[in-house]
Amino acid sequence: MKFHWLHFSSPATFYGLAGRMIPWFFALALVTGVVALYWGFFQTPDQLGGSNPQKEYYRIIFVHVGSAWMSMWLYLVLAAWSAFGLVFNTRLSYMMAVSVAPTGALFTALALFTGSFWGKPSWGTWWDWDPRLTSELILFFLYIGYIALHSAIDDARRADRASALIAIVGLVCVPIIFWSINCPDPNQCAALHQRSSMGSIDGNILFAMLALTFSFWMYAFATSFMRVRSIILEREAGTTWVNEQLELEAKR
Amino acid sequence: MRHADACLQVTGLEVQRGDRWLFTDLDLAIESGELLHVRGPNGCGKTTLLRALCGLLLPQAGEILWNGESIRRLGEEFTRDVIYLGHLNGIKHELTGIENLRVSATLDGDRVDDDAIWDALEQIGLAGFEDLPTMVLSQGQKKRVALARLLLTGAKLWVLDEPFVALDVKAVARLESLIVGQVERGGIVILTTHQEVALTSGTIRTLDLGQAGQVRGR
Amino acid sequence: MFSTFLCILRRDITLAMRRRTDILTTLFFFVIVASLFPLGVGSEKEVLRFLGPGVVWVAALLASMLALERLFASDFADGTLEQMLLTPQPLSVLVLGKICAHWLLTGLPLVLIAPLIGLQYGLEGTQLLVMVMALLVGTPVLSLVGSIGAALTLGLRGGGILLSLLVLPLYIPVLVYGSGAVTVSAIDLADVQPFMALLGAFLILALAFSPLATAAALRISVE
Repeated sequence: MKFHWLHFSSPATFYGLAGRMIPWFFALALVTGVVALYWGFFQTPDQLGGSNPQKEYYRIIFVHVGSAWMSMWLYLVLAAWSAFGLVFNTRLSYMMAVSVAPTGALFTALALFTGSFWGKPSWGTWWDWDPRLTSELILFFLYIGYIALHSAIDDARRADRASALIAIVGLVCVPIIFWSINCPDPNQCAALHQRSSMGSIDGNILFAMLALTFSFWMYAFATSFMRVRSIILEREAGTTWVNEQLELEAKR
Repeated sequence: MRHADACLQVTGLEVQRGDRWLFTDLDLAIESGELLHVRGPNGCGKTTLLRALCGLLLPQAGEILWNGESIRRLGEEFTRDVIYLGHLNGIKHELTGIENLRVSATLDGDRVDDDAIWDALEQIGLAGFEDLPTMVLSQGQKKRVALARLLLTGAKLWVLDEPFVALDVKAVARLESLIVGQVERGGIVILTTHQEVALTSGTIRTLDLGQAGQVRGR
Repeated sequence: MFSTFLCILRRDITLAMRRRTDILTTLFFFVIVASLFPLGVGSEKEVLRFLGPGVVWVAALLASMLALERLFASDFADGTLEQMLLTPQPLSVLVLGKICAHWLLTGLPLVLIAPLIGLQYGLEGTQLLVMVMALLVGTPVLSLVGSIGAALTLGLRGGGILLSLLVLPLYIPVLVYGSGAVTVSAIDLADVQPFMALLGAFLILALAFSPLATAAALRISVE
């Protein structure tokens, strides 16, 4: 059989493929998630930092950093699918973009939530206009804007294309926005520049952090594939393959 | 002045609106000196087809070729050759007929002077109303302001969506003669209407959208 | 190409002159929003002088966003917009013409009245001057970036609120450096220069890219 990658860009084919993959992604997410949490709770030091260490509460780092990473990666994924859709006019790309967005927004919200909970014991306040937290908040607005625009337009195709465009515009603006938040006074930017290096992190902490991020990735795949499957069914409703598929699933 | 030969070709056109496929696999070819009459019941996609043909709407699949080249690739080269009059008149109510036509002529790239515009408005039956804001005009008169563009344009392809609506008998006759003139000059006219147009030369073709998009010659 | 630009510019200004209330509402919105703050936070001189630059900029952001809704709406409703899509002119040039007209009608009056608001907040001399300069460079960026959102939300129910959701996050850099410029000008005028340079850079970037994005958005929305 000749294999062609564009073969999977047909919604009908992808529907089946995604359906077979979802359980695996969920299983992987669960396994790595359990490992990561076990490692994070029992195999890592009790406190973090030198002279003024952060106590047990620092363990929120595993969820916080992982979800913050995910929030940014998923926005890239969203914009990439959007660009792909606009360039090649493939329906499945838009569907992927649309189904990634809620998971991305969820991780952004999680990063904000955990950030705030971390902030209370370490800074003594629920919210500080820390550049990184503020950037995360803006990212959340971008996700919400994308989702709101998509759901406000009734015609599916216009919705897909319009929200794809705003995703790309957002992506172009994000570096400028983040930079302006990080460096509100261009006269003193150098002083504000902060950087954390992976090398200085304890190996066990890093492992737990990366393992949980991996688990998040698998979760993101699983949920967006579930969403894309229902979008496909909704959009293709009435076609023969959907009817056959539904009969098949009803029999099972 | 005769138009250079041109042709509009459509292959495998598919358009979906909402959840509904309006047409799939529509093939069509129309050449200089022909008029295409698109017919069908309400909601069968006549307007959508016309909008797709002039490039306002991106079809799901299929190609629309103007002289053998895709209209998307041609871009402004194609829009130069097209004039589209839709359900909306496309005129500003705060501006007068003269001002409206002046703007649209500049944007369409038609080099016409004010005399020509006054003349066009007079010919279309708006003598005496030329410099009133169009908001005070009646529906039919507003439509005529929009139709006056047909007198000023050099476009080869006319795409007219229900052009006879709201017009009185005299204006209908005037428009008919304009359409006939365009076809005789070697232009192409695509229109939807419930009115039959009598041509003195050229071919009328009909496309019935109700049934699986076939084109019949007559 | 330039004649196209001028034609649209002249057309939109003529239209606005025949319907003048639209310009004035934006202006008064700006003045009212800016005047509400002292009532809310108290009229202590020090507080107001501290808040002034930020308040003026936030009010300018909101006012220009409010005006954006009308940028394409009437052209969309009466069909002139779809005619523009079918002209042999580059759509981005037409869009740029419309945005320029829009800024001249809603942005510029706002820049001109801003010193009065500044006075209400106890800003003085050079600070007022810097504020006007920053607004002069910054508000066109708002119109340019906002036009993308205006094009995308064309004809939608609740488009105005949606528009603000889409556009306001993108306005942040202009807000940060615009109000920053005014704030630092109170301390050392020499420090203002990098702020103005950044705003200028934003303006150039926005001029280069947003008409293209807006044109693409219009093609999507008019379909």
